[in-house]
Amino acid sequence: MKITRAQVEHVARLARLALADAELDALTDEMDAILGYVETLNSLDTDHIVPTSHAVPMENAFRDDTVRPSLGTMKAVQNAPAAAGGCFVVPKVIE
Amino acid sequence: MSLTDLTLHAMQQRLRNKEVTSVELTRAFLERIGSVDPSINAYLTVTAEQALEDAARADRRLAEGQGAELTGIPLALKDIFITEGVRTTCASRILENFVPPYDGTAVAKLKEQGAVLLGKLNMDEFAMGSSNENSAFGAVKNPWNLDYVPGGSSGGSAACIAARLAAATLGTDTGGSIRQPAANCGVVGLKPTYGRVSRYGVIAFASSLDQVGPIARDVEDCAILLQAVAGYDAADSTSVDMPVPDYRATLRDGVKGLKIGLPREYFIEGLDPDVQQATDDAIAVLRELGAELVEVALPHTEYAVACYYLIATAEASSNLARYDGVRYGRRVDRGQGLIDMFMQSRAAGFGPEVKRRIMLGTYALSSGYYDAYYLKAQKVRTLIRQDFLDAFAKVDVMLTPVAPTPAFRLGEKLADPLQMYLSDIFTIPVNLAGTCGMSLPCGLSRDGLPIGLQLIGRPFGEAALLKAAYAYEQATTWHRHLAPL
Repeated sequence: MKITRAQVEHVARLARLALADAELDALTDEMDAILGYVETLNSLDTDHIVPTSHAVPMENAFRDDTVRPSLGTMKAVQNAPAAAGGCFVVPKVIE
Repeated sequence: MSLTDLTLHAMQQRLRNKEVTSVELTRAFLERIGSVDPSINAYLTVTAEQALEDAARADRRLAEGQGAELTGIPLALKDIFITEGVRTTCASRILENFVPPYDGTAVAKLKEQGAVLLGKLNMDEFAMGSSNENSAFGAVKNPWNLDYVPGGSSGGSAACIAARLAAATLGTDTGGSIRQPAANCGVVGLKPTYGRVSRYGVIAFASSLDQVGPIARDVEDCAILLQAVAGYDAADSTSVDMPVPDYRATLRDGVKGLKIGLPREYFIEGLDPDVQQATDDAIAVLRELGAELVEVALPHTEYAVACYYLIATAEASSNLARYDGVRYGRRVDRGQGLIDMFMQSRAAGFGPEVKRRIMLGTYALSSGYYDAYYLKAQKVRTLIRQDFLDAFAKVDVMLTPVAPTPAFRLGEKLADPLQMYLSDIFTIPVNLAGTCGMSLPCGLSRDGLPIGLQLIGRPFGEAALLKAAYAYEQATTWHRHLAPL
């Protein structure tokens, strides 16, 4: 086994996904199969290879620091499930 | 010939010659959407009223002689492009009621030209899939045969063009999501070089791979649409500040002396015999036209799918962290605190494939596994990219099949995610290398399903790519075959 059910539960917590038992069972098998498949990469020696994070070689991307209009509070909160006074409303964090 | 059967460039001609109005074109498409789309399910949202208003405005602009290339042309967009005031779902329950407050750059460019937006198109949820069966709003059917998938993730876009439900569309391609559905549906799709088109206002899947591109009826239509959206955008720091050539100016230059590479790793056992035959025929056509065909090697091809499914899922898990039920999207709050609200909202909002990829990506990035999976994949990506650069030192363009088989049946690969992933085996390497690729129709299988030819160009070599594609297309008749609808 590449991955255990307990590891899958841990990853689900990291990913902030409340998964049902049946989903965790299925994911354990599916992730195990996929991770087994990606093992094929280990047959390549990459010790001296520089990783590619971006396909087009690029230095820092700068633009002029000019003031321009922004979205504005009302538009920013228009899709919020709960908003009040131009703020996003979330469940209480601190007791 | 009915108006909806016209290519985009034929519509331009008729609009300019005052043989047709934008309102007439728009009405024709809206009527056809009403009669044909219930069996295809390409549209998630149809913006009929707005489209007719925009068409009337376009007609006034044309009458004043102020028309741009796309003025009055009825287009549709994959529902991954955010559109001001028009619901944008990414085919996910989590964004079911999301109405964006602004337009992305590509959309804004189309609107500035006076294009008419007919609506938003179905797709695999968050562009994750190869069959369009992962949409939260129902699968899309292949217009050539309703028992088959249109491909994915831009399945709604490709089916829309094959069914003549818009003049042309924009899709996105992360691992083949423009090219594979275009092949399955017998239309033309172009994935530009990474950085050629702004991704600002395109819902992110895997940010180092995602790219915007056209799906249209023929090569010239693709050139027109690419011309409209290509170019640097200060709002997307990964867009590249490089002049955009006039793609139509070199379209008819022909392929005499053009060196076309055939990567031997793509002509494998297990290739469907009809696909093999159609590809061989295409090679013969290009040779006849004066192209020089030479074998090349892309030795790390067999590692591409594994590499992709680590990089794409890792980036997706990070990008999709924003769907937390706070700023937009679905919220499920059982009154058990903030973390529980996050977990319940995401569990209710995402479909199975999206959850699977978030899980895989989170695992690949997690402490203790990062080096073994994500970093390893990034190093393999270097090898794959170098393969392409080495090959392009010898040839101008490469030619391959788009996929090992024509479209498969609905439901055929749903139970086995790995088999589904492998249907993108010939398109994924192009995204990893960051270069451009095209899919164009090159035959029909014995079951009457379209087969796609892939041409791959050098980084920012879209002009040469379009030229080669145009030469092939004009020498054959496959692009004139219409899905029987």
